[in-house]
Amino acid sequence: MITPPIKYPLSESAAETLRASSGRLLSDVTAESARAGDISMADIQISADTLRKQAEVARLAGYPQQASNLIRAAELTAVPNAEVLRMYNTLRPGRATHAELMALADSLETNYHAPECAHLVREAAGVYQIRDLLQK
Amino acid sequence: MPISRRFQLLEKREVNRETFVEPWPEAGLIVADSPADPQPSLRIEAGRVTELDGRPRAEFDILDTFIADHSLDLATAEIAMATPSIDIARKLVDINVPRAEILRLVAGCTAAKLVDIIRHMNVLEMMMGLGKMRARRTPANQAHVTNRREHPALLAADAAEAALRGFAEIETTVGVARYAPFNALAILIGSQTGRGGVLTQCAVEESLGLELAMKGLTTYAETLSVYGTEGTFVDGDDTPWSKAFLSAAYASRGVKIRFTSGTGSEALMGHAQGYSMLYLEARCLLVTRGAGSQGVQNGSISCIALPESLPGGVRAVLAENLLATMLGLEVASGNDALASHSDIRKAAKLMLQFIPGTDFITSGYSAMPRRENLFGGGNFDADDFDDYNVLQRDMQVDGGNRPISEQEALAIRTEAARAIQAVYAELGFPAITDAEVGAAVLAHGSEEMPIRDVVADLAAADKFLPSEQNILSVVRALQIRGFEKVAANLLEMGRQRVAGDYLQTSAIFDKNFKVQSAINDVNDYSGPGSGYRVSAERWQEMQNLPQVKSPRDFIADQIGEPCARLAELGPARTSTSREVIVAVGPAFGTALTRTINGLEHEEVLAAILTGVASQGLVARVVKVYRTSDCAAIGHIGAQLSGSGIAIGLQSRGTTIIHKRGLARLSNLELFPQSPSMTLETYQSIGVNAARYAMGMVTTPVPVQVDNWARLRLIVKTALLHRHETEQVQDQPPMEMRFDWEPDL
Repeated sequence: MITPPIKYPLSESAAETLRASSGRLLSDVTAESARAGDISMADIQISADTLRKQAEVARLAGYPQQASNLIRAAELTAVPNAEVLRMYNTLRPGRATHAELMALADSLETNYHAPECAHLVREAAGVYQIRDLLQK
Repeated sequence: MPISRRFQLLEKREVNRETFVEPWPEAGLIVADSPADPQPSLRIEAGRVTELDGRPRAEFDILDTFIADHSLDLATAEIAMATPSIDIARKLVDINVPRAEILRLVAGCTAAKLVDIIRHMNVLEMMMGLGKMRARRTPANQAHVTNRREHPALLAADAAEAALRGFAEIETTVGVARYAPFNALAILIGSQTGRGGVLTQCAVEESLGLELAMKGLTTYAETLSVYGTEGTFVDGDDTPWSKAFLSAAYASRGVKIRFTSGTGSEALMGHAQGYSMLYLEARCLLVTRGAGSQGVQNGSISCIALPESLPGGVRAVLAENLLATMLGLEVASGNDALASHSDIRKAAKLMLQFIPGTDFITSGYSAMPRRENLFGGGNFDADDFDDYNVLQRDMQVDGGNRPISEQEALAIRTEAARAIQAVYAELGFPAITDAEVGAAVLAHGSEEMPIRDVVADLAAADKFLPSEQNILSVVRALQIRGFEKVAANLLEMGRQRVAGDYLQTSAIFDKNFKVQSAINDVNDYSGPGSGYRVSAERWQEMQNLPQVKSPRDFIADQIGEPCARLAELGPARTSTSREVIVAVGPAFGTALTRTINGLEHEEVLAAILTGVASQGLVARVVKVYRTSDCAAIGHIGAQLSGSGIAIGLQSRGTTIIHKRGLARLSNLELFPQSPSMTLETYQSIGVNAARYAMGMVTTPVPVQVDNWARLRLIVKTALLHRHETEQVQDQPPMEMRFDWEPDL
């Protein structure tokens, strides 16, 4: 199967087909719908699918690390706000035991289908152990 | 204490309020090439880095590990590391080597290798490199908007004005952390009033920052600080992995992220480990790239005074900007924190980024007075707006700003202050009164603002943060209160978040709300005529300062009714009597009637004749037509004078006492400072001319020297001279009759 190349900026090339994380069409997010109180934050939130498209744009432009970041971002769209904050704090130095970090990685993988984020956390767990950055 | 007057004065100069120290590598007080800095090396075994800059994997610290596993392109690393550093340095300044080729090569360079490339470059070459390697073709600028009282209407008004002045990003911060949601809201409303598409952030602690972003109140974050040693990194309460996670978290909420680093932070935090500032910064930049940040704010930032205390500090700061661009990162290039007491030193430093252009030339230009800057500085502030605009106009360099008129500023400030007043009212926040709106429109700083109830404001902010109210509530409030345009801009910021185009490298929105990034506005510099060029439209905007005047009516004050008392008789004759000739220029009393400082020609002539008469001599007035040059007018007069003495008088007032026999460009006395001349001076000139004619010993007329006069009046001088030159005719000097009697 041949996928058509992604045309940047998406706001122009995909103006009619872009969907927010809620699934709502971007073309449906208008001044009228805002006035009617008919828009929620999820309707102006980027979707995992769009983040993956932007990752592809970055990769093709020669920014592979940025592409990886956008893939991780795509994965994190599934994680609720408070949970994202909690995960970040767990990754800070001296906050978690090795087991807690491994559990976080597992949770990312199984609960949120976030393998790249899980990989990052597992990697951190290994380095933190060697560099004495786990919770004491 | 110096005993010489000169050294005493030098000691008091602004630049000598700074601290200058010798390098001390053990303390990290060295900008580059510390003895402890490693030699570049890279060993790859089975697709895995096993040695980095002389260190085996077993000894890697967290930065080494992260860089080895995330930052390097191992496919090109072997070629990159084998390429002599000087060759890469030369490619940076070679217009025939495109940016993309250098990006590919540098992607395989270790921190020590990056520093080794810089070792071969001088400042000019680095500026060339920066101009080519900057990711976005179009340069831009970023503003700080804060105030000490954290007044919402003033924040909104200042943000609106900053947006109108062209800043593509605006950031605020807090004095009291609990104000964060309100400050973020104020600059969001203000910026979108000034110009739709300005990106905004509120610099606060990371988790609070993320919360603000989740409410839709901010669109970028550059608070993600990274450091070049493990000790500093951990003291900053993060690791490269937690930062990488945080950047993904921000991006998942549609927020553009930029890391922050800069020379000197490790030494300041006591963990430099004897490495040079630039080597540690190279490590920071590799971590930044490895974590997938699209860009970095660097250029020493808040530590700027530390590298500047050391030799080569400003060069090293330019070097770190260049290194970031070489790694494909967007660069917001410092020039934000207060860097010097000396205006000369500050401006000179700015030029290193201003002339090549960076993605954001300053990573925070204080859009209000320095004292209001809660980021603790403001190297350039609202007082310098006109200076900055003039620099753009002088050099035809796009520094990202534009001049605006007071009228435009007042209009946009009014709209922004009213918009936030409406939102506060609609969302049930403590009221912003009409008096506060009025004060915010006109104020320069928050001391001019009415005092607000801090307790009530903070309580409302505490309630707002966890509430259901968000950017969409704000959009509705604006719509209900009739601020349709501002509401539309806010909503468009939300809609753009769905597309995520501004997550790409160096993304900003232009004035038409079109995204401009390293993807669709990639820097394609390849020598003269390529890359970013100031468009005709932009050039018009940059040169159109409100203080620019038309030069066409500059000399209106010097043109009046031709002098009725001055009449032309016929061709002037040579005389043998003891007399003084007053030779005037071709426009005198006719095409021009006043000198540059407004003295009537008739009165000037009367003063000179009075001076001559006071010595018992008579003066004859002639008009010279063949030249408008002061010396030549005097010289022609001297040939006609019976005594050989003549006064040459240009219409703008410049005067000479000439003597027959002297070379044309020589003189007895010259008065080039026409703006300083008074009627008393002219009378004294008459006296002296008469004394010379009588062969008496004469003391030159003292002249006032105003060194600034030329600066102030040069355009007028040029136009007056042009006007006089237009009267030049091929006809002999004419005898003039001046209807005047000595008042003796």
